[in-house]
Amino acid sequence: MSGVALDPKTAPTFPMAAKVLVGDTQMRKNVRHATDIIQAKRARVVGEMPDWQELRETGRRVREHTMKFLDVYLEEFERKCTAAGGVVHWAKDADEARQIVIGLVKASGSHEVIKIKSMTTEEIQLNKALEGAGITPYETDLAELIIQLGGDQPSHIVVPALHKNRQQIREIFKREMNLPNLGDTPQDLADAARLFLRKKFLTVKTGVSGANFLIAETGGVCVVESEGNGRMCLTLPETLITIAGIDKVVPRLADLEVLLQLLPRSATGERMNPYNSIWNGVDPRGVDGPKAFHIVLMDNARTKVLEDSEGRQTLNCIRCGACQNACPVYRQTGGHAYGSVYAGPIGAILTPQLQEMHYAQTLPYASSLCGACYEVCPVKINIPEVLVHLRNRVVEQKGFFDPEAAAMKTVGMIFRSERRFRAAQRFGRMAETPLVDKDGWIGWLPGLLGGWTQVRDLREMPKETFRDWWEKRGGAS
Amino acid sequence: MQVALFITCYNDTLFPETGKAVVRVLERLGHTVVFPAGQTCCGQMHYNTGYQAEAMPLLERFVAQFKGSEAVVVPSSSCVAMMRDHYPKMAAHIGNADLTREVEALLPNVYEFSEFLTKRLGLEDVGAFYPHRVTYHASCHGLRNLGLGDGPLKLLKAVRGIDLVELQGLEECCGFGGTFAVKNAEVSSAMLADKTRAVLNTRAEACTACDNSCLMHIQGSLHRQRTGVHTVHLAEILASEAGGAA
Amino acid sequence: MGEAWGCVVNASTASRELMLGRIRTANAAAGAGAGNAAEEWAAIPREYRRTSTLGREAVLELLEDRLRDYDAHVLRVASEGVAAAVLGMLGERGRTRMLAAPGVTAAWLPEGFAFAVDDGLSVESIDRFEGVMTESTLAIAETGTIVLQTVPGQGRRAVSLVPDYHLCLVRASAVVATVPEAMDVLATRPAFATTFISGPSATADIEMTRIKGVHGPRFLDVLLVMDDVARSA
Repeated sequence: MSGVALDPKTAPTFPMAAKVLVGDTQMRKNVRHATDIIQAKRARVVGEMPDWQELRETGRRVREHTMKFLDVYLEEFERKCTAAGGVVHWAKDADEARQIVIGLVKASGSHEVIKIKSMTTEEIQLNKALEGAGITPYETDLAELIIQLGGDQPSHIVVPALHKNRQQIREIFKREMNLPNLGDTPQDLADAARLFLRKKFLTVKTGVSGANFLIAETGGVCVVESEGNGRMCLTLPETLITIAGIDKVVPRLADLEVLLQLLPRSATGERMNPYNSIWNGVDPRGVDGPKAFHIVLMDNARTKVLEDSEGRQTLNCIRCGACQNACPVYRQTGGHAYGSVYAGPIGAILTPQLQEMHYAQTLPYASSLCGACYEVCPVKINIPEVLVHLRNRVVEQKGFFDPEAAAMKTVGMIFRSERRFRAAQRFGRMAETPLVDKDGWIGWLPGLLGGWTQVRDLREMPKETFRDWWEKRGGAS
Repeated sequence: MQVALFITCYNDTLFPETGKAVVRVLERLGHTVVFPAGQTCCGQMHYNTGYQAEAMPLLERFVAQFKGSEAVVVPSSSCVAMMRDHYPKMAAHIGNADLTREVEALLPNVYEFSEFLTKRLGLEDVGAFYPHRVTYHASCHGLRNLGLGDGPLKLLKAVRGIDLVELQGLEECCGFGGTFAVKNAEVSSAMLADKTRAVLNTRAEACTACDNSCLMHIQGSLHRQRTGVHTVHLAEILASEAGGAA
Repeated sequence: MGEAWGCVVNASTASRELMLGRIRTANAAAGAGAGNAAEEWAAIPREYRRTSTLGREAVLELLEDRLRDYDAHVLRVASEGVAAAVLGMLGERGRTRMLAAPGVTAAWLPEGFAFAVDDGLSVESIDRFEGVMTESTLAIAETGTIVLQTVPGQGRRAVSLVPDYHLCLVRASAVVATVPEAMDVLATRPAFATTFISGPSATADIEMTRIKGVHGPRFLDVLLVMDDVARSA
């Protein structure tokens, strides 16, 4: 999949992409290894919090409250951020966001930018747009650097390169950093990245970041990270441009006491990630941090998600990736199968909604509805419920002559009458007869049901249904 | 107590032995079982595949068949999860106040089979005898939506003669997921391969669960691979008695 | 440039109105209803722990434990012994070219050791130092977090970031047990740029193996200054 941007508009269907990726045993091993480790770490640090469920509940309530008053809090954020010396920009869609950022970078007088890992910039394929405008973006997060140098695409919200193992990363670094003698321990690779990027940190004049939280009360912005590359980008350049979805706002600074407990433990299984930065506009004395701070508030169909009373809880997401690690489907396919930078359960509900249900229609079906995602979600997004709701929206778009819809309607009609149901049971026994082997098993099924018999047998239907037996028995004994 | 049995459409058609076992256990415990004849399906397949309009009349049908029951027992955790998680919302959507009230009154009395034994009756030992090596798979809906916890395992531990072995990845989905198994056959197969391997690693003779849907899925793979390991619904283990047909 | 810039601003203003309008329409369509934001925010249930049941000494031990868990080096020191401890620590680490945040408590700087003080150095200059010494606003025991702000004694954010070694002084009186307690303190001083530091810079991006020091300091030493002996006694 490398090199091809993850664009829901052009991506293959989930089952098609998954079919290919399930065959990539190395990738699956890497994903399994990484998700196993994060899940175990998460379970340990969540287990030591006696009030985890109370935190989740407040987290959910804070996010729901924010969405209800999103206009109020965005305006408050704008007011406070502007008062602190920041410049607030509004972008209705990806294109406008890209144009604003390109304009700001050019105005900063720089032809290169250092970037912090940001899913929002991935969502709008900002790097491609920057390159198109003659600006070189340098990804500085280790995983993003691996992705960028490898011409790859992110496969996880928090650990975007978890589909690669150390040997694969070493090959990329050897080639792209011209280090023929590079070792293959994780430390060797991290050291190589440190050297490779240090000069950029010290010289590039413009930084681009995403945001974890925008604090309405103070106009502050919070970025959560591990490596310190974020702090470099936020602190050292003369101009900082932050781009954030409008869903990232939180009402008050005090709300971080909940979210900063939920996010790190859920995301990387740490009690707190190594670095959190909170800043307000620019330093009035001009000694600390960038001289110019711009923030782009982006819609890009988030307001469409907000319209849907059941789907809108998707916007409560704080991008921890816990649902991805817990998802048995994601763990088999990795992230690229989802055809979007948002993979896993959250991607399966977010992507089709951001596409206003015009694309990515197979994603709501990319789940066995096992509920593991809901169980780990730090803000209690009921992902299975939203998946089912979105399936309904997909079905509502289907034409009258869709074969699946026709079959479902027929079966629905059968279930509405006991007489028809019994007739169907008898008919089923007759219809399956030619497929049943001498031992009473079916090894091949036609049409839509053929997926079942790829790796599974099916036992023939018993000669007598339960209700036949019950009637013969004469009911209660 | 008079217990109404909701057998569910697929148990009725494909797994009548499970229904018979439920009846045997409940009657052995001194309860009377009734079977409302007009029952068909809870609507889960339609609802979860996105055909919610088709599920609505099935909700109405279920309520008409079972309203007023002292207890409704269902040997399928996913069907109970369907009712508990979605029926109130669906009734509200239909907008019939009587129906909404009836759903509200009925749902607290609807139990998954093992849940009825452990939570309503407060039992662990139901007098079963099953001298086999068995492993238990926690079906997702029972585990997460119904919160069955270790209830089914407690029932199994009380079975005489049983050799209960723990399944690695007990709480991991087997990959069935209703229409998921055919819509995403490759991923479902990969998930199933992991589950099958875990079952085989236990060297159990049988794998049990509270859901025949998961078991049908697991059994399909165990049979395809000619492993000789079979699947059996929890109710059938609990119905087995010393001297009886196991 | 001027004209093009004007275009961006105008488009943004139009988008602002459009987006705020869409949000109001969407919330109305979804039946989110009206209400008073401040009142409803205040009514959000908060049943989680604000404080810890641990005693003072146990809180400090927890902080030390958590910091060590991140591979930070922690040492307790009496108020009057800070300068000597700093000197000892630097000797152990073999650091000679050290930077100090402006405004670091003078009594904590050892005599006979020449600290450079950041007075607006270029980033390149900061990068040439072997380490930096700063104070801190507070520390959170449960998470092993030290909080720095852009205030005297702690300096600007770059000084605790660029050098490879950070020696951080934490007053025991400023150690809180929980994150909510920390946010209560920070709420009284929200205007300063704030950095939470939990251990040395780290990544787990390669096979989930935790590696210290990618871009921030690889080494973090913490001196826990026992300035509240009376309280803990």
